[in-house]
Amino acid sequence: MKTCLVVDDSKVIRKVARHILETLDFTVEEAGDGQEAMTACLSEVPDVILLDWNMPVMSGIEFLRELGHTTLPRRPKVVFCTTENDTAHIRAAIDAGADEYVMKPFDRDTLESKLQLVGVA
Amino acid sequence: MEMTPIAISALAGLLERRTGQQLNANRRWTIETALKPLLRDLGLETLDGLVIRLNGDDRSPLADKIVDAMLNHETFFFRDLAAFDHFATEGLGLIHAARAERRRLRVWSAGCSTGQEAYSLSMAIAQQTRFQGWDLGIFATDVSGEAIARARSGLFTQFEVQRGLPITTLMRQFDPDGEQWRVKANVRAPITFLQHNLLSPPPPGRFDAILCRNVLLYFSLERRKAVLARLREAIAPDGVLMLGAGETVLGLGDCFTADPQVRGVYRPA
Repeated sequence: MKTCLVVDDSKVIRKVARHILETLDFTVEEAGDGQEAMTACLSEVPDVILLDWNMPVMSGIEFLRELGHTTLPRRPKVVFCTTENDTAHIRAAIDAGADEYVMKPFDRDTLESKLQLVGVA
Repeated sequence: MEMTPIAISALAGLLERRTGQQLNANRRWTIETALKPLLRDLGLETLDGLVIRLNGDDRSPLADKIVDAMLNHETFFFRDLAAFDHFATEGLGLIHAARAERRRLRVWSAGCSTGQEAYSLSMAIAQQTRFQGWDLGIFATDVSGEAIARARSGLFTQFEVQRGLPITTLMRQFDPDGEQWRVKANVRAPITFLQHNLLSPPPPGRFDAILCRNVLLYFSLERRKAVLARLREAIAPDGVLMLGAGETVLGLGDCFTADPQVRGVYRPA
């Protein structure tokens, strides 16, 4: 089973994402901000991270940049999942190393398609 | 919503007369959902009411709307990616070799729905340096006028551009347009969209490649043979045909045979 770390400060979004991911046979871990996500990655590297942009403590883009400077046994795929749907944000995410980008709101088809594109579904 | 066998039969008959497609048992239950928005717009409660309003007129604007609503428009960018990539490289590779002198490529996306397959083809071919400078023409047809109008607009919703399309491709080949995304002019340029019934005589000219994916399954056995005969009329003698995943020409007459060298490619017999 593949593992996905869902990083979002919204409990509702985490719950919705978890439900979809579990139907896609993923084991799901959750984090409420970038800092929690970093702690989780240092403990066990997931196959893929579903990453919100705007979060307290450490934002998604800060987390992604930090991840780039962190030595891990392997690099997880990173899929941004955010309401920041303009081209400037998307370009910044790609430049920072995001593998894919989900524009909220999302549904099962969207998530499945993006996870297939990064090779984990 | 109430569904009586008489209303279902009337609507299935309309679909078959207009498109040749059959509403088999599996699809019958879906028409209730498919027609719900139309019923709401018309202030009607039941499918019986809709059939009464139709009044047996197969060619009325209402009939157009009913047919459009009952057709399955499911599609997405780069559908069945592995098979699509294989056809775009290996299948079109056969044509590239055969047309090296003329440098002209004509492709037919037969049953293109809202256009994602045609745009995917345009992007996939443009990506191949071997086709640079070639005269490329993509004909994309569908029986649904509504689907063709949407395809022609080149506008896609946020949900549509997130199915099958890598984010880097979205950024390179589309521009944001309000809440939607518009395909760029260079991707749109080689494509001609036309409303067309696959049982009718094909568009003029001979096509080097035809994609007819996930369409045959909506026709009866006899009509599948008739569609393949139409595709046979339209394809160049050395052209290549791609069908949908799980579709085959076996048992459907002798118009096409599987290419012995390239998996997933059919050749005119």
